[in-house]
Amino acid sequence: MQRFINDPDDIVDETVIGFVRAHPERVRQDENNPRVVISKHAPVKGKVGIVTGGGAGHEPAFMGYVGKNMVDAVAVGELFSSPTAKSFKDAILAADGGAGVAVLYGNYAGDNMNVKMAKKMAKKDGVVIQTVVANDDVCSAPIEEKEKRRGVAGEIFMWKIGSAKAAQGASLDEVCQSAQKAIDNCRSVGVGLGPCTLPAVGHPNFEIKPGTMEVGIGHHGEPGILVAELGSANEIADQMVKIVLDDHNLAQGSEVVVLVSGLGATAVNEQYVLYARMQEQITVRGLKIHKAFVGNYFTSLEMVGVTLTILAVDDELKQLLDMPTDCPGF
Amino acid sequence: MTSFKNAGGGDIIIDVAKIIVENKAYLSEIDGKIGDGDHGVNMAKGFGRAADRLADSDGSLDEAMSVLSDILMSEIGGSMGPLYGMMFADMAECIEGQDDIDAALFLKMLTAGVDGVQEIGGAKLGDKTLLDCLIPAKEAFKASVENGDVFDVSLKILKKSAVIGRDGTIDMIAKIGRAARLGERSRGAVDAGATSCCLILNTLSDGVLKRL
Repeated sequence: MQRFINDPDDIVDETVIGFVRAHPERVRQDENNPRVVISKHAPVKGKVGIVTGGGAGHEPAFMGYVGKNMVDAVAVGELFSSPTAKSFKDAILAADGGAGVAVLYGNYAGDNMNVKMAKKMAKKDGVVIQTVVANDDVCSAPIEEKEKRRGVAGEIFMWKIGSAKAAQGASLDEVCQSAQKAIDNCRSVGVGLGPCTLPAVGHPNFEIKPGTMEVGIGHHGEPGILVAELGSANEIADQMVKIVLDDHNLAQGSEVVVLVSGLGATAVNEQYVLYARMQEQITVRGLKIHKAFVGNYFTSLEMVGVTLTILAVDDELKQLLDMPTDCPGF
Repeated sequence: MTSFKNAGGGDIIIDVAKIIVENKAYLSEIDGKIGDGDHGVNMAKGFGRAADRLADSDGSLDEAMSVLSDILMSEIGGSMGPLYGMMFADMAECIEGQDDIDAALFLKMLTAGVDGVQEIGGAKLGDKTLLDCLIPAKEAFKASVENGDVFDVSLKILKKSAVIGRDGTIDMIAKIGRAARLGERSRGAVDAGATSCCLILNTLSDGVLKRL
């Protein structure tokens, strides 16, 4: 595949520079740490700070969700690799408005370690920190081992809801409770049709044979629960809705918010083809769709594939989700 | 000799860094079989920067390990940044201010390194991680020291046990980290972390052996 590359080693630094130059009215780069992107509005005195972070390659996540009534600061790692503890710490300090900081991130070994260390470091600076760890990826572990599941596109709802709660002036405890409720109410599944390549490695990091698909694929190409024959869009949509809702176990009449995200190299129109069928399938099961998002919200370099996330909402979550925001990702 | 000088021992860490950089492609290649193939790239970046920064220093072993640890923790990230960062930070702390390092202190240092990795990573023996090289190597060294062997002999046992530990990961199923999702499919490939750990322990031991 042909790429727009200068030096593979510089790709993340150049990504962040481009991002900050493109959105100067919303974000800025930390003066002392180029791997920390901060909202123009942060820190807000007396407001709980919202921090996230993760490896690069998932754009617009994570830094695209920095902005007004959204995330205050983001730590950016190498492609598919956790940010450093220092970057998480610097993001925490940048977001701190004196009311504590909620670090809302995804369940990956590297992120767990680096956040843990950053917490220790930032505590020395007197910042009160709580964490919420996203684990919405249904196929990454059985429900009995839910704490082992990875975080995927559901993280966006966790950020949106936690950030809105913070913007309303809620306490750190309340912000984390709402963010936790959001992720607990979220289930996601991914389907991969084609792999992606880390430019510095130079070859695809996994294989999907022509005519097949990986059901339950992770955000870095982690293998799914089965390799199946490639189905039609409708068949795949049906399978994805079934996997998510079988795990979700929602009562008839429940209201949901639906997010279909491309993984980088799937055309947006194909995502709408999938959504057309998903909407039918979700509705036919007696669920009411409050809102839907379709597009490249959380990608995986140039992977061919999509994720489906279904969030069950109540009045509180609906109100928080509907609060207007201004960030590049939405 | 029953001990070596902490002062000037920083060169050992430069050698460790060089070995990691030399094995960049190999480490990425084996990581690519069950991980995402960037182990060599990230390790070489961190250890290479440490080698550059230590190049003109005539520092002690603990100072050099601290420099390496700082780079890993503040510039590398991922999983290996905190794991090796903690290992070297805790090992450095253990020998800080000591003039001479004998087998007993070296054992204390290794133990601190193992504890540091376990505290931050939470993996256990048999999970197919760098600990499957580090723990058996440390245990073998410990047994040898307690058996009354001279430092020289204990280090050679450490080296051999690190290799056996590394190779033992081939038959394991990954239980933690990105390879864990492969389950049975992760069997048959050597763990990249255990491989880099084996390189580190062997080069570290060789550096000490030269000074004894």
